[in-house]
Amino acid sequence: MKIFRTAIAVVLAIGVAAVAPQAAAQVIAAQVTLLNVSYDPTRELYQHINKAFAADWKAGTGQTVTIRQSHGGSGKQARSVIDGLEADVVTLALAYDIDEIAGRGKLLPADWQKRMPNNSSPYTSTIVFLVRKGNPKAIRDWNDLVKPGISVITPNPKTSGGARWNYLAAWGHALKQPGGSDAAAREFVGRLYRNVKVLDTGARGSTTTFVERGLGDVFISWENEALLAIKELGPDKFEIVTPSLSILAEPPVAVLDRNVDKKGTRGAAQAYLEFLYTPAAQEIIAQNYYRAIDKTVAARYAKQFATVKLFTIDEVFGGWAKAQKTHFADGGLFDQIYTGRSP
Amino acid sequence: MSASVAGLSVPGVARPRAVRSRRRSVLPGFAPTMGYTLFYLSLIVLMPLAALALKTSTLTWDAFWQTVTAPRVLASYRLSYGASALAALINLFAGFIVAWVLVRYDFPGRRLVDAMVDLPFALPTAVAGIALTALYAPNGWLGAPLAALGIKVAFTPLGVLVALVFIGLPFVVRTVQPVLEDLDRELEEAAASLGASRLQAFMRVLLPVLAPAILTGFVLAFSRAVGEYGSVIFIAGNIPFVSEIAPLAIITKLEQYDYAGAAAIATVMLAISFALILAINLLQRWQQRRA
Repeated sequence: MKIFRTAIAVVLAIGVAAVAPQAAAQVIAAQVTLLNVSYDPTRELYQHINKAFAADWKAGTGQTVTIRQSHGGSGKQARSVIDGLEADVVTLALAYDIDEIAGRGKLLPADWQKRMPNNSSPYTSTIVFLVRKGNPKAIRDWNDLVKPGISVITPNPKTSGGARWNYLAAWGHALKQPGGSDAAAREFVGRLYRNVKVLDTGARGSTTTFVERGLGDVFISWENEALLAIKELGPDKFEIVTPSLSILAEPPVAVLDRNVDKKGTRGAAQAYLEFLYTPAAQEIIAQNYYRAIDKTVAARYAKQFATVKLFTIDEVFGGWAKAQKTHFADGGLFDQIYTGRSP
Repeated sequence: MSASVAGLSVPGVARPRAVRSRRRSVLPGFAPTMGYTLFYLSLIVLMPLAALALKTSTLTWDAFWQTVTAPRVLASYRLSYGASALAALINLFAGFIVAWVLVRYDFPGRRLVDAMVDLPFALPTAVAGIALTALYAPNGWLGAPLAALGIKVAFTPLGVLVALVFIGLPFVVRTVQPVLEDLDRELEEAAASLGASRLQAFMRVLLPVLAPAILTGFVLAFSRAVGEYGSVIFIAGNIPFVSEIAPLAIITKLEQYDYAGAAAIATVMLAISFALILAINLLQRWQQRRA
């Protein structure tokens, strides 16, 4: 019995020890705390941004700002916010997810994307290929990905925002070839996904599959994620191949009006997002391998990024809502790739 | 909801009469504890189930049927239930042997082995998944030699099976072990002295006593495996129609903000699992009555 009692005491002690600092932190941080709900590969970026913003805000207002970050698949993150996670700002992988927060959660107006410059995207990126050192399968462009015997790694577009950009980039490329048509694009993307042997649920999972597990000849990836992989793992293992044509990925940001008004954090939240457009933040953005939108900063880091012809989702697909419905909804074109070949 | 409430109360039907017949129980306080039990079960089990049913009921019957019988979803049920049953079956044998060794033999390090059995319980499932994937990937310790033999484990249905065997093992061991400990060795000796062969002693003396525990372990391992997501998702490969498990079909629905569709698939999984567990329980009772 005594052992039993001791065990309970230990468990309780651990529980209290785990909870107490949090409770204490909440009492001390009576200043201002922001929650930034973001997508998977922005961990490093926002760690640096947060530090810079906190210093900037302290200098300007004397207030201490603490920014908590939450990362995960873009869709999953949006869902948590809709279900009541009290984020002050969202910085997600694609506009569609914030559209859903506006539509279902009614946390911000439907025209949110017009509220900040550049479609509310303070940074952009694109889709490139990561291949193994020396490019043994001689992959130069999109057409090489559909060749027989090439193993392609990309996450599942149904569960990953980044994967949707990958899919749309491939589709757009096929469409813009001489004689390109919807039918040709469909056939091209179908062949591409038949070369995919692992569909991870998120972008980071795919990176692991390609980098750590050694699976696949080519990994279709966010440009920032590919550059980060090279930096972390050394240029002696992988190289980046930039296709002739790719999509301009615009990860948007937004203040969630209902949440900031309830918590009284609108001032800091708004300033936090506006800070992203300042030269200082643009510099950090470029250092973290996102394409800066500030011309001078972009020019300074131009060497880091290959020149690539980019098309936008609005040009080719008529915006996210339409692309989502045609391609990724249940029974959409992506599903048909698989149901088409089902027995 | 009423249907499943009625369904849940079926196994307990015989109990109130039993309680009434022995009013003077040694333990006092039937009323408050029973009340608390009902309250607690409602809070922890029935309310989430009710919420699930409520979400599902926002679909029309046609939409519900279409969602839960889509070819891709059907393929995912087949994989999830098939692999789970197979994994539980493997664990039934492997787990029995582990329990047998732990109970019947004393060897150096026995306590360590005993503790190790619980590791799959304690390990966060995602960690288990990543570890197994690293091990069985074509460049992993086990994956590389297997790949040389032409056997692919990670990113195939076989990988799903491996993960489910891993997480299910403790369930069989921990249910069989105590029964085996209580089992009198003299029974076997008596059987032997009466001329039974080892096989006969096992089949006719040991197995009837152990069968209920083994079956319970099987059911626990099976039901845990059906719902398992974390450890499987990394090793599965997640290719539609090949290595996509049913819980992933639910997650996929959620990613598209299709809450009702996700709830519909979950409801079907719940119904199948409940029917299977109920069937095994009835089988167990029937067998006990016969014994």
